[in-house]
Amino acid sequence: MIPAQFDYVRATSLSEACQELASDEDAKALAGGQSLLPLLRLRLAYPSKLVDIGRLPELSGVHDRGDHVFIGAMATHDEVMRSGVVNTECPLVALAAATVADPAVRHRGTFGGSLAHSDPAGDLPAVVLALDGVFVARSAEGEREIPAAEFFVDYLESALRPGEILVGVRIPKLGAGWGFHYEKFHRTAQAWTIVGVAAAVRRSNGAIQEARIGLANMGPTPVRARAVETALQGMELGDQLKQACQEADADTSPPSDLHAQPDYRRHLARVLTHRAVRGASGSP
Amino acid sequence: MTEVGRARRRKEDARLLSGRTQWTDNLRQPGMLHVMFLRSPMAHARITRVDVSAALGLPGVVAAYSGQDFAAEQGSLPCAWPVTDNVVIPEHPPMATSEVRYVGEAVACVVATDRYRAADALEAIEVDYEPLPAVLDMNEALTPDSPKVHEAGNQAYSMQMTVGDIDAAFRDAPVVIDRTYVQQRLIPSAMEPRAVLANTDGDSFTLWSSTQIPHILRVMLAVVTGIPEHKIRVVAPDVGGGFGSKLQVTAEEVLCLLIAKRLGKAVKWVESRSEGNLTVHHGRDQIQHIQLAAEADGRIRGLKVDLLADMGAYLMLITPGIPLLGAQMFNAIYKMDAYEFGCTGVFTTKMPTDAYRGAGRPEATYGIERMMDELAAELRLDPLEVRRRNWIRHEEFPYTTISGLTYDSGNYEAATDKALALFGYDKLRAEQADRRDRGDPVQLGIGVSTFTEMCGLAPSRGLGAANFGAGGWEHGSVRMLPTGKVEVITGSSPHGQGHVTAWSQIVADSLGVPFEDVTVLHGDTAISHKGMDTYGSRSLTVGGIAVLRACDKVKDKARKLAAHLLECSPDDLDFADGVFKVRGTESQKSIQELAFAAFLAHDLPEGVEARLDSDATFDPENFSFPHGTHLCAMEVDTETGMAKIRSYVAVDDIGKVVNPLIVEGQIHGGIAQGIAQALFEEAVYDADGNLLTTTMADYLLPSAADLPEFVTDRTETPATSNPLGVKGVGEAGTIASTPAVVNAIVDALRPHGVHDVQMPCTPERIWRALA
Repeated sequence: MIPAQFDYVRATSLSEACQELASDEDAKALAGGQSLLPLLRLRLAYPSKLVDIGRLPELSGVHDRGDHVFIGAMATHDEVMRSGVVNTECPLVALAAATVADPAVRHRGTFGGSLAHSDPAGDLPAVVLALDGVFVARSAEGEREIPAAEFFVDYLESALRPGEILVGVRIPKLGAGWGFHYEKFHRTAQAWTIVGVAAAVRRSNGAIQEARIGLANMGPTPVRARAVETALQGMELGDQLKQACQEADADTSPPSDLHAQPDYRRHLARVLTHRAVRGASGSP
Repeated sequence: MTEVGRARRRKEDARLLSGRTQWTDNLRQPGMLHVMFLRSPMAHARITRVDVSAALGLPGVVAAYSGQDFAAEQGSLPCAWPVTDNVVIPEHPPMATSEVRYVGEAVACVVATDRYRAADALEAIEVDYEPLPAVLDMNEALTPDSPKVHEAGNQAYSMQMTVGDIDAAFRDAPVVIDRTYVQQRLIPSAMEPRAVLANTDGDSFTLWSSTQIPHILRVMLAVVTGIPEHKIRVVAPDVGGGFGSKLQVTAEEVLCLLIAKRLGKAVKWVESRSEGNLTVHHGRDQIQHIQLAAEADGRIRGLKVDLLADMGAYLMLITPGIPLLGAQMFNAIYKMDAYEFGCTGVFTTKMPTDAYRGAGRPEATYGIERMMDELAAELRLDPLEVRRRNWIRHEEFPYTTISGLTYDSGNYEAATDKALALFGYDKLRAEQADRRDRGDPVQLGIGVSTFTEMCGLAPSRGLGAANFGAGGWEHGSVRMLPTGKVEVITGSSPHGQGHVTAWSQIVADSLGVPFEDVTVLHGDTAISHKGMDTYGSRSLTVGGIAVLRACDKVKDKARKLAAHLLECSPDDLDFADGVFKVRGTESQKSIQELAFAAFLAHDLPEGVEARLDSDATFDPENFSFPHGTHLCAMEVDTETGMAKIRSYVAVDDIGKVVNPLIVEGQIHGGIAQGIAQALFEEAVYDADGNLLTTTMADYLLPSAADLPEFVTDRTETPATSNPLGVKGVGEAGTIASTPAVVNAIVDALRPHGVHDVQMPCTPERIWRALA
């Protein structure tokens, strides 16, 4: 890797990291490096300084906090997918984390990094959006909370302000009766998601009471398939699910790239949403 | 137990796997500088100005050059295969001087104290371009009003051959199948990117390069640069894969040599992966128009093939010959009355194409094996039945094919029967029928490929007849060291194939010495002074036999020495397990004792030199013709278009086997590479001629996670063209697997009216084919 020249500082505290970022608008936080380093390698980014936040205790680990699970921004995908509390309380996160790239990337790449990077083709943004996660950000001015619905602003653009660091994400515990499924569609194991569907479904008495569906790579940001969520409410399991999922691509603006044209992505969103909902509701 | 045939673990792996390697990028020379190239962002443009002055002022920058700065001495990159009388070989300056013709062509370079500074300085070089129209589509390129890539026009060459009465074959034929297939452009992706290090002592030069062809490169560098051949030493140190992409004389090799000459310093260039995607020569890229005429019972009457082959912007080392390596392969294992083959090479404003694993034979095999399935579908016959009705039967060998090759041996029946049993063909056909009946959204397809190929290039006479610019022999030397250990020198250097192990096995058997006592040297023209290098699955069938011949000569010398020391006639000696024994007595001399006796030279017979060393070359009379039957079962999700391989069986016949483990590795890697063409890989240029697939996020390579478990087996029909009975194996898997996979996909979708899916068969393409 032959990036342009940059300064490097390893922050020893969260406040120091915030100050470093606040004092230089061209500085970038370095977490697991799985998104930033390729940008540096291709000279698509020219940060003046990399602020290494890899050793900050506030950002690490996965914690059971009563009504929610707090996943530290620096928790690696591997840590998340193996975490007992994640697998018990918000297994959708673990299911998606396990699909990220390959073991090498999952050991370096971080939960917070992939969210802050806000790539709509990422798997975790759609999951956190579906689960109504709450982002906790810190800057020199203090800490603030950002609901997932407001976090993803545009392609590769989050609501984080200059000088602000993502500390972690609160994933609300959904309680009993929920089922989960992450349906990822990609051409090779290491390739980006063409379309991904994260589904959480609560059902009782053979019917769906509530559904939350997040779509990956169906627009410049991850999106909720609200029309499907509404249509599924109170719906009994069976063939009608497929009809309900026909609106999965409503209000999306899927991209066009080498791997798929928009009309194909729309089709995939419908098929995969049906599969994800069936998977999450335990329906055959 | 003989060594040949034994599944020896590779001698070289402990070193390679533990990182004690000599990749070119690992090498350092005192005072070494680093070169980086500025590359054209335009597919086609006139260069109106290059200003390197701003780069020169930057820290660490030692020199910066434009193409003009080397115009007088850089020469033209060679094309060593002028295939026809009408071939047009344009000037190909290593660094562009006045016009660029593909995105990635070098226009300037920086020499700096480290790569970081060199990369920074590249951004300071100013180049003005006057855009010219890009030429991207081969059919459009051949129209009279197309913009021209070169002054002489866009046709590089055309050739045509007809055997038999092709018109009669097609006239009133009960069945004619007419198809057009597109071989997409591929980017070879060796694990080790290219790298070059050049140094000089002021008089002579050493060039280390990640190359497959140190010997050919040395000759070519002398021709291109005018530096006398004896002043150039080329070293291919550890080389991490090539697949044909390092069978080349590259701009970077020539320029590093010239920069080292100008500065009097060592300079190194290492490409990045993205730079490599742009500028490693690409592979495939053909449009194949194929027509097949058959009887109602499926017997082939005639075959017509008309190719458009994308040369890219220039003819590199063997660019124009690649499609012609398929000219005698479209007829494959089948008998027919007439055959016509035509090919037009076309210039476009893209990276030149050249050899890529299989080189011409995968394209041909794909074309014919897809056509055989189409014929079967047309006649509602099983695809294997159509093949049986046409293939050369085992008792018919040696068999001279319609295109003029003589296949020395083969047994297509045996390989097919074995493959069918391993695959569970009938059971899978039953499941396929069941899924069709049920309207299962996941359909099952079965793909067949009964391939053969010509490899082991060789023979020199044949290559000469084809106007190929090199011979086909290979060289080997064997030196008995005083302590009885053996040093082998081979002209064919490995870049992953395991020559050191395989050659040790051959020598151990021949000389009766322990496998561990053999070492193999290669890849350095100062050590291995003669060679024709490594490509076309030629190492074992040519180079391995040269080593064997050298062993024979050593034994001849040793026999004379033994007879002298044992006071008998050479004819009274029996040689076995490394020992010469006087027949009927207990007196004997081991080869090790004889090596020491030769070293001492105290008592040598008349006419025997003080060394048990020898040199030999081998030039076989024929190619080798591996063949096999590959079967692929594919599950195709008709809702999403996703195709997944369910099972894959490969039964290959590569004749006698020296090392089954190495063979297994070649077959596995080959199949994976062929599957990759069928499903994943494609170099994509946009409408302006920009390469879009510059990273592995866009140019998809499969990993182990994307591939099934391969079931592999062999039949063994020895080649008759060499004393070991071996055939080449380096390309077989790649040649065989691509059509097996696509045939399986099409087979799954045939009830939906699909008879072709363009490669790579992406989910989107399959979905659109179904729509």
